[in-house]
Amino acid sequence: MSLRLSASDLAKIYEHGEASFPEECCGVMIGRSATQGAPATVEEILSAQNEREDENRHNRFLISPRALLDAQRAARDKGLEVLGYYHSHPDHPARPSDFDRDHAWPATSYLIVSIMSGRVADCRSWLLKSDRSAFDEESVEDLVGNRVAIESPVS
Amino acid sequence: MTISIQIPTPLRGFTGDNGEVSVEGSTVGEALQGLIAKHSALAPHLYGDDGKLRSFVNVFLNDEDVRYMEKEDTPVKEGDSLSIIPSIAGGGGAR
Repeated sequence: MSLRLSASDLAKIYEHGEASFPEECCGVMIGRSATQGAPATVEEILSAQNEREDENRHNRFLISPRALLDAQRAARDKGLEVLGYYHSHPDHPARPSDFDRDHAWPATSYLIVSIMSGRVADCRSWLLKSDRSAFDEESVEDLVGNRVAIESPVS
Repeated sequence: MTISIQIPTPLRGFTGDNGEVSVEGSTVGEALQGLIAKHSALAPHLYGDDGKLRSFVNVFLNDEDVRYMEKEDTPVKEGDSLSIIPSIAGGGGAR
């Protein structure tokens, strides 16, 4: 399993995460679903407002149903699909929390960017198992299939 | 009357990969029941054990959230479009 996206779309997500630090950022990834021989490929990133209340935005995010409706329509109008969602974990690993799992949907990519001390430190994408017990990691790749690496990871 | 229901990507596995399903009904609730009648595996994802629409499932009639209308009693008319929108939330850790 893998999720492909362009360097510019990935850069937009990183910039959103760093600009939102120490709060969480969030957004929608629309593109083409995986088919036989072709992995899921993001065509467009739609950044969203984190609608959680001020005091919880450092470790929680919420995308409004209205923004999701707009994203769903934008995808349909372009012949694309909502592939999944991205969000950041400020000063926290790029691994889904129990809270993420409780709120996750199947067949949906959850890309998480770890922002440590204000800088991107890691980026991973996850798919909920069908029994909701955990997530499986999918590799994040550029458009030609090279696994994405963080240039200056924070250890 | 016939209305269309837009199915979000995470739930299309329960509708034979269809992104849109046409159903009969005169209210939002009847339309959703029509959807369940066609695709019964959707039921636990839309309704809780108490028979109520789950809190993390949003239903829009055209451009309006039915929670701010008459909820499942909201009347629908020929050609209306219902969109099921999953709530998207999460966040890192329990800090």
